[in-house]
Amino acid sequence: MGYFAKSPWLLHYDGSSCNGCDIEVLACLMPKYDVERFGIINTGNPKHADVFLITGGINTQNIDVVKNIYNQMGEPKVVVAVGTCATSGHFFSECYNIIGGVDKVIPVDVYAPGCAAKPEMIIDAVVKGLGILEEKKKKMSPK
Amino acid sequence: MTTTSTILVILFIILAPVIGGIISGGDRIISAKMQSRVGPPIVQPFYDVLKLMGKENLVVNRYHGDYMICFLIFTIVSGCLFFGGNNLLLVIFALIVAGVFLVLAAYCTNSPYALIGAERELLQMLAAEPMIILSAVGLYVVTGTFDVYGIANCQHIPIIYLPGVFIALTYVLTIKLRKSPFDLSTSHHAHQELVKGLTTEFAGPSLGLFEIAHWYETVLLLAMIFLFFGSYWILGIILAVIIYFIEILIDNINARIKWELMLISAWAVTLILGVGNLMILYFVFHI
Amino acid sequence: MDWVTFLILFPLIPAVILLFTKSVQLQRVVVLVSSALIILGSVGLACNYMQAGGTYLPISSGFFNGLVILGDIVLALVFLYVCRKLPIKKYWIPLMVVIQYGMVVTADLTGGIPETNRYLYIDNLSIVMALIIGVVGSLIAVYTVGYMQHYHEQHKEIKDRRCTFIAAIYLFFFAMYGIIFSNSITWIYFFWEITTLCSFIMIGYSRKEEAVHNSFRALWMLLLGGLAFSVGIMYAANYCGTIELQKLVTMKQSLVIFPILLLCFAGMNKAAQFPFGGWLLGAMVAPTPSSALLHSSTMVKAGVYLVLRCSPILQGTASGAIVAFIGGTSFVMCSALAISQSKGKPILAYSTIANLGLIVLCAGIGTSFTLWAALLLIIFHAVAKALMFISVGTVDHQTGSQDVEDMHGLVSRMPILTFTMLIGLGGMFLAPFGMLISKWAVIEALAVRNPVYPPIVIFGGSLMLFFWTKWMGTLISVVGKQPPIKAKGIGFDEWLGLGGLSILTIAACVGFPWIGHYWIQPLYGWNPMLSERIEVSVALMLGLMLLPPLIFACRWKRLVHTEPYLSGLNVENKYEYLGSLGAPRRWSFGNYYINKYFSEAKLFKGTIIGTTLLWILMFFMENL
Repeated sequence: MGYFAKSPWLLHYDGSSCNGCDIEVLACLMPKYDVERFGIINTGNPKHADVFLITGGINTQNIDVVKNIYNQMGEPKVVVAVGTCATSGHFFSECYNIIGGVDKVIPVDVYAPGCAAKPEMIIDAVVKGLGILEEKKKKMSPK
Repeated sequence: MTTTSTILVILFIILAPVIGGIISGGDRIISAKMQSRVGPPIVQPFYDVLKLMGKENLVVNRYHGDYMICFLIFTIVSGCLFFGGNNLLLVIFALIVAGVFLVLAAYCTNSPYALIGAERELLQMLAAEPMIILSAVGLYVVTGTFDVYGIANCQHIPIIYLPGVFIALTYVLTIKLRKSPFDLSTSHHAHQELVKGLTTEFAGPSLGLFEIAHWYETVLLLAMIFLFFGSYWILGIILAVIIYFIEILIDNINARIKWELMLISAWAVTLILGVGNLMILYFVFHI
Repeated sequence: MDWVTFLILFPLIPAVILLFTKSVQLQRVVVLVSSALIILGSVGLACNYMQAGGTYLPISSGFFNGLVILGDIVLALVFLYVCRKLPIKKYWIPLMVVIQYGMVVTADLTGGIPETNRYLYIDNLSIVMALIIGVVGSLIAVYTVGYMQHYHEQHKEIKDRRCTFIAAIYLFFFAMYGIIFSNSITWIYFFWEITTLCSFIMIGYSRKEEAVHNSFRALWMLLLGGLAFSVGIMYAANYCGTIELQKLVTMKQSLVIFPILLLCFAGMNKAAQFPFGGWLLGAMVAPTPSSALLHSSTMVKAGVYLVLRCSPILQGTASGAIVAFIGGTSFVMCSALAISQSKGKPILAYSTIANLGLIVLCAGIGTSFTLWAALLLIIFHAVAKALMFISVGTVDHQTGSQDVEDMHGLVSRMPILTFTMLIGLGGMFLAPFGMLISKWAVIEALAVRNPVYPPIVIFGGSLMLFFWTKWMGTLISVVGKQPPIKAKGIGFDEWLGLGGLSILTIAACVGFPWIGHYWIQPLYGWNPMLSERIEVSVALMLGLMLLPPLIFACRWKRLVHTEPYLSGLNVENKYEYLGSLGAPRRWSFGNYYINKYFSEAKLFKGTIIGTTLLWILMFFMENL
C-alpha cells in the first residue's frame, strides 16, 4: 500500500521562525515548485495531516501548542523540522525563552537545515519523510 | 423495478465514485492549469481517499463517525432513487436527509470550529434547497411528471422552456458543489479561517467517507442538470461538462463571500430567474 | 348515533368528577379509565362508520336543540362573568359577547333559524378528527396529571387549581366532538365557543399578569371569530334558508360565498392565521399540556377543519385564492420568525401557525389533491407536534429551562427523552416521516396550479429545515460526562404520554398507505401519492431509517479518542482553551438566529398589516 507516499498532507506550524523559512515553505506551494504535483496539500488541520512541518525553534510559549498539535495528528505521521532554527535553535538558542530545536519536544523524523531552507531542500525533506511514513504504516498494520 | 433500472442503479453505485473521483481529479488539474501550475495526477483523489482509509481513526466521541456513515448511505440512496427512475421530489428529499445527517455529524463532535461549520452548512442548505426543489417543479410543469425516467424520455428539451430555472440551478449548484465563493462550511483550498469547518474533527476513514459521499453527490447533481435535456443525452453530457468547467472557473476567480450575500443572492436568483421563469411560462405561454 | 352520542356526552362525566377530585391518585385513575374509554369509543366509531361515507344521524332534535340554546345563554353569561374585572375601556370585549349571543339566541327563540332534523353528520373527515382527538388528546390528558404535579412542585407561588385545569380538558373533549359531528352551524357555534372558553381558562391558569393579559387577548381574538361565525349563521339562516353545513357547501357558489367566507374567517381565526397569530403565541404561557392539546393538535385543528369543510365553495373563486394566500403568508412568515426564536415553546407555536397556514392554503385551493394533502398534514402534524410539546414540557421540568440553547448536549444527560424528541423532530421535517410526506403531497398537488403557490411552500419548507435541524443538532451534541441534573424523575403518566405519542408518530408514517386508502381515498378520491411506486419508496426510506440506530449500536474497533481541535491551545478541560494571558478561558457556542432578517421586530408588523389587507380584500373580492 503505497498511498501514503502519494498523498501526504502537510500541516505547517511556525514555531518562532523569522518567517524566512515560512516564505520558502509557501514558495513550494506556488507555481514554480508546485508540490501539489506530488499530491501534497497544505491543510490547516492536524487531524487531516500526515506531515508536520515546523519552522523555527521551540519557545516556552508554544511548547504546549506543538505537543498538542502533534498529539492530535493521527498515525502514521512524520515530523519535518525545516530550517536550522527548527533543528537546533540556531542563533536563537542562547535566548532566555528558547528551549531549542523541535526534537527537544517531539520526535523529529527529518531535519532540513538551512537559513532559510531552500524549497528544493524542503521538498527533498518531505520526500524523505514519505519513506518513513510508509515504514510507520507498515509497523502499524500487524496489530 | 425493471431490469434497466436495476442495471442503472448498480452502475450508479459502482461507477459514481469512479466518475466523481475523476471529475474531482480533473477539477484539480484544471484549477492548477488556471494558476499556471502542473497539478496532481488525475487519480490523485483516489490516492487521497485510500490513504485516509489507512490512517488512524481519530474521534472526539464514538458517535460522530456514525452520522458520517449515515450521510454516505443516504447520499447513495438518493442517487439510487434517482437512477431507479423514482419521483424527483423524493430524490431531493432523500438528499436533504443526507445533508441533515452531515450537519448532525458536525454538531455531534461539539467542537467550536465544527459547530460553526454546521451552522454555515445549514445556511447553505437554506440558500440552495428552494431552487433545487423549484427546478423539480419546473421540470414537472414542462414534462407533466415527476418521474425521473418520464422526464428523461420526454419528447421536447425542457431547457428551452426553462432557461431561467436552469441558470438559477447552476448558480446554487456552486453552493452544493462546495465551490468558491460559497465554500463556507468546509473550507477548501487556502480558505482556512474555520480550520476545516464542518469536517475539522473528522480524521482518517471518516473523512474518506465524506469525500466518497461528495463524489456521489457531485454525480447526482450533474445528473440533475442532465435531466434538463430530456432524451437528448449527448447534449446533456456536453452541457454538464461545460457547466462543471464554469463552476471550476468561478471557483478560481472568486474570493470567498460572506453568508449574507450568499443567502440573499441565492434567494434573489431563485425568485427572479426561477420563479420568474415559471410565471412567464404560466402567464405568457399558458403551460 | 350510539358511538357519536357516547363520544360527545361521555367526556362530561369525567369533567364533572375531576372538577371535585383533589387526590392525585384518584385523578390519575379517573383520567386513565376515561381516556381508555374515549380511545375505545373513537376506534369503535372509526370501525363502524369508516366505509359508510357521509351519514346523517337522526336524533330527537327538539330536546337537544333546546339544550343548545340553553347552553348558549349559559355560555354568554359565563363570558360576561369572566369579563367583569376588565377595565372599562375594554368595553368592546363584553360587547362582542352581547352582540353575537344576542343575535343567535334571539333568532333561535323567535324561530328565525330554519328547522332541520339533520343535526349530526359523520364522514371520514369527522372520523379522522375524532381519532386525533380521542387518541392524541387522551394521551395528552394522561400526561397532564403527572405534569401538573411537577408544575405545582416547581411553581409554589401559583394557586393549585389543577382540578379546574384537568376538568377543562374533558370539557374541551366534549366541545371538540361536538364540533366535528355537528352538521348544524348553530350547534357548531355553541361548541366552538366552549373551546374558546377552555382556551381562556387554560391560558390564564397561572393568574400571573402576563398570563391574564394573554388570556384576554386570546379571548377577544377568538370572540371576534365567534362574532363572524354568528353573523355567518344569521346570513345563512336569512338568505340561504338553511343552517346545515353539508347543504350550504353544495349550494350555488354565488349564493353562499358570503356566509362561507365568514365561517372561514372564524376557522382561520381559530387556527391563528395572521393577523390573529398573536393569541396563539401568547397562549404559550399556559401549562404545556394545554399548548399540546388545544394550541397545536386539536383546537386549532378545528379551525382548519371548518375551512376544509367550506373548501368546496372556495374552490376556484378569487376569495378562495386569497384564503390560500393568507395561509401561505402565515406559513412562510412564521417559518421565518421561528428561526429567530430560541425558546422551545415559541418555536413550536410559530411552526404550528405555519403548518396550519399550509393546511389553509390547501383548503383554499380546494382541489381534491390539495385537500388530500391537507388531511395528511392534519394527521401527521397533530401527532408529531403534540409529542414535541410534551417533550419540551418535560425537559422544562427536569432542567428548568425550555431554551433550545440550554438543551445543548441533552443527549448526554437524558438520552431517552432526547430520543423521543428526535422522533418528534424527525416527524416534523425529515423524509420519510409524516410531515414531509404531506409536504411532498402538497408540492405534487400545487405543481399543476399556478406558479405562485409552489415557491411559497418550498421557501417555507426550507426555512423550517433550518430551525428544526438547528434544534436537532443542539440536542445531539455529545458533551461527554455531565453532572447529573437535579433528577426529579419523570412519572409514569408522563412516560405513557411520551411513549404513546412516539409510537403513534412512527405508526402514522408506517400506516401511511392504509391511512390513504381507507380514510382519505373514500373522501377525496385517489391520489398519485398512493401509487405503488411511491408507497414502495416511502417504505424503503422508512426501512432505511432503521439503519442509523443499528449503526449507532455498533461499536467500531480501532477508534482512537482525542480532544477537539482548539488551535493547539487545549487545556485539561475540553471546554476551555489557553487564553493569551496564560489562563484557561471557556469557549461556548450559540446557534445562529439571523435576527438581522428574521426577527419579530422586522417581520411581525409587516405581516399583520399585509394579512389584514388580504382579509379585507377577501371579503370585497366577491362584490367586485
